[in-house]
Amino acid sequence: MPKKVLIKGNEAIGEAIIRAGCRHYFGYPITPQNELTNYMSKYMPEAGGVFIQAESEIAAINMVYGAAGAGARAITSSSSPGISLKQEGISYIAGAEVPAVVVNVMRCGPGLGGIMPGQSDYFQAVKGGGHGDYRNIVLAPNNGQELYELTVKAFDLADKYRVLVMVMADGALGQMMENVEFKDKETPYKIDKPWATTGSGMKRKKNYITSVYINPDELEAVNIRLQAKYKEIEKEEVLFEETDCEGADIIICAYGLAARITRNVMKLAAEESIKVGLLRPITLWPFPKDAVGSLADKTDVIMSVELSAGQMVEDVRLAVNGKKPVHFYGRTGGNLPTQKEILNEIKRVLEKEVK
Amino acid sequence: MPKRLHPKSLENTIMHYCPGCSHGIAHRVIAEVIDELGIEGKIVGIASVGCSYNNYLYFKFDMQQAAHGRAPAVATGVKRVHPENVVFTYQGDGDLAAIGTAEIIHAAARGEKITTIFINNAIYGMTSGQMAPTTLIGQVTTTSPLGRDTSLQGFPLKMSEILSQIDGAVFVERVSMHDVKHILSAKRAIKKAFKVQMAGLGFSIVEVLSTCPTNWRLSPVDSAKWVEDNMMEYYKLGNYKGAELEV
Ligand SMILES: Cc1ncc(C[n+]2csc(CCOP(=O)(O)OP(=O)(O)O)c2C)c(N)n1
Ligand code: SF4
Repeated sequence: MPKKVLIKGNEAIGEAIIRAGCRHYFGYPITPQNELTNYMSKYMPEAGGVFIQAESEIAAINMVYGAAGAGARAITSSSSPGISLKQEGISYIAGAEVPAVVVNVMRCGPGLGGIMPGQSDYFQAVKGGGHGDYRNIVLAPNNGQELYELTVKAFDLADKYRVLVMVMADGALGQMMENVEFKDKETPYKIDKPWATTGSGMKRKKNYITSVYINPDELEAVNIRLQAKYKEIEKEEVLFEETDCEGADIIICAYGLAARITRNVMKLAAEESIKVGLLRPITLWPFPKDAVGSLADKTDVIMSVELSAGQMVEDVRLAVNGKKPVHFYGRTGGNLPTQKEILNEIKRVLEKEVK
Repeated sequence: MPKRLHPKSLENTIMHYCPGCSHGIAHRVIAEVIDELGIEGKIVGIASVGCSYNNYLYFKFDMQQAAHGRAPAVATGVKRVHPENVVFTYQGDGDLAAIGTAEIIHAAARGEKITTIFINNAIYGMTSGQMAPTTLIGQVTTTSPLGRDTSLQGFPLKMSEILSQIDGAVFVERVSMHDVKHILSAKRAIKKAFKVQMAGLGFSIVEVLSTCPTNWRLSPVDSAKWVEDNMMEYYKLGNYKGAELEV
């Protein structure tokens, strides 16, 4: 039986990277994910892997593109401003269909913003961020165990679909100490990637990896193939968690840290005989559209709670499609909404919507 | 009839480069060197952004296309996965000396065991002849229509000189490809740069003074002369580092 280890969220991600068999990490320091870069600098070489502190986030994501193109599992991690810099590389990786993993331990913006936790990179992560018609799979853990498990899963999904998978944590989850069980064996990962730039060894035709197609028909064919792949992912890979939604007075949609806070609000509300349900998307893309859409049959009011000025709420509204009112509550700047605040907002909304 | 000797590492296809452009010559020389070193099976090239963006169609070995300026970072990733491979970047002056300055400097600083072939044609070829960081003083381009004025547009970057200051860069040489004699010595330099990498000594780079007749608005013959008369004046040919290395 693997035993549980008390570990910081950022370090749990680090352990997941190694146990997923990834041996190539490229980083650049930024708070609040520094523990991860530090962890990698120690344990990656110990595991026989490569750790590079790059000259910038731009270089780091391009090292990932090179290493992953050459057939390795490769990862970079950063926080919001650094993730902005990686967007060019992310678009290239999507276009070239190279499997890669990026971790964003979100802080708050815009600009240099602040180093406190935030969830204001939702648009950037799920709506594109970089240029072109592409999608990343976006995973949103809400505790240490999930930081670990979803990071391992991120590599599997990346390889399965040859896409980029982003793990979206935040400063609070990254810094929090929690008990985590490391389930996976530590084995360097081997998978046949016949398309990779490994050097032909004179045994096959050349491989080349590119995202440029000057001929419109060729590029459109690539886009059509990408979209078909994204459809398949939307069909197969949606993950969410639904708690107490049936017959709820109100259902909260929240992910990551906001979902954790909401769980406590549910208990607080129950004491006042208000039944609060929780729909927690685990994949932000593909978004659990059907599950969120069907909330309209289970309750009269829906509310998105986020550490942002209202980003995921747009997808919640799209999914609910006007069938029931959708409200929003959020805090920004690194302030966390208190349980009391959220409960008050729930009461206000119910007052307004339920006569 | 004499058999036309076509390098094994070069596809037998028509390239899209303009008449008199150095890119095609540089491709052939690189392919010949790879053949002669017998490394076709373990070479991986990184194409960049510029007129040579799709040279993976011309070279006959594994390649990866990189974003503008990022080729040294991509090469770093490729090389670190397969240290036994020989990895090179092929970059223009806009790519290497403007947008990609950080990447080239730090690949050199890390002593990354890769080789860079740097095509310096003193202009942005692909985007229709804008001023490059290597554009000569007084040179007319589409974005320096009155000639590069140092009081407004500063000075051309001498990348070989700059890179040779970096300890991780162990072989730095500037060559030209404007005539046969120079092409032959360029080939010797490129071969040595690859050998330095294969010996695991560190970062190596060959800067190639190149022509862009189309955007220089000169004939191929006059372009060759322009390299000799103008570029070689400012960009002195020769070895800047590692001449003594025995590889
Ligand atoms: C991020 C980005 N910025 C700008 C461009 C447009 N662009 C394409 S090629 C090029 C200049 C290339 O010049 P150089 O590196 O000197 O190569 P050459 O074409 O002369 O061979 C530019 C600016 C681009 N593709 N990507
Ligand atoms: S534009 Fe200049 S660099 Fe580009 S192919 Fe033509 S001559 Fe060569």
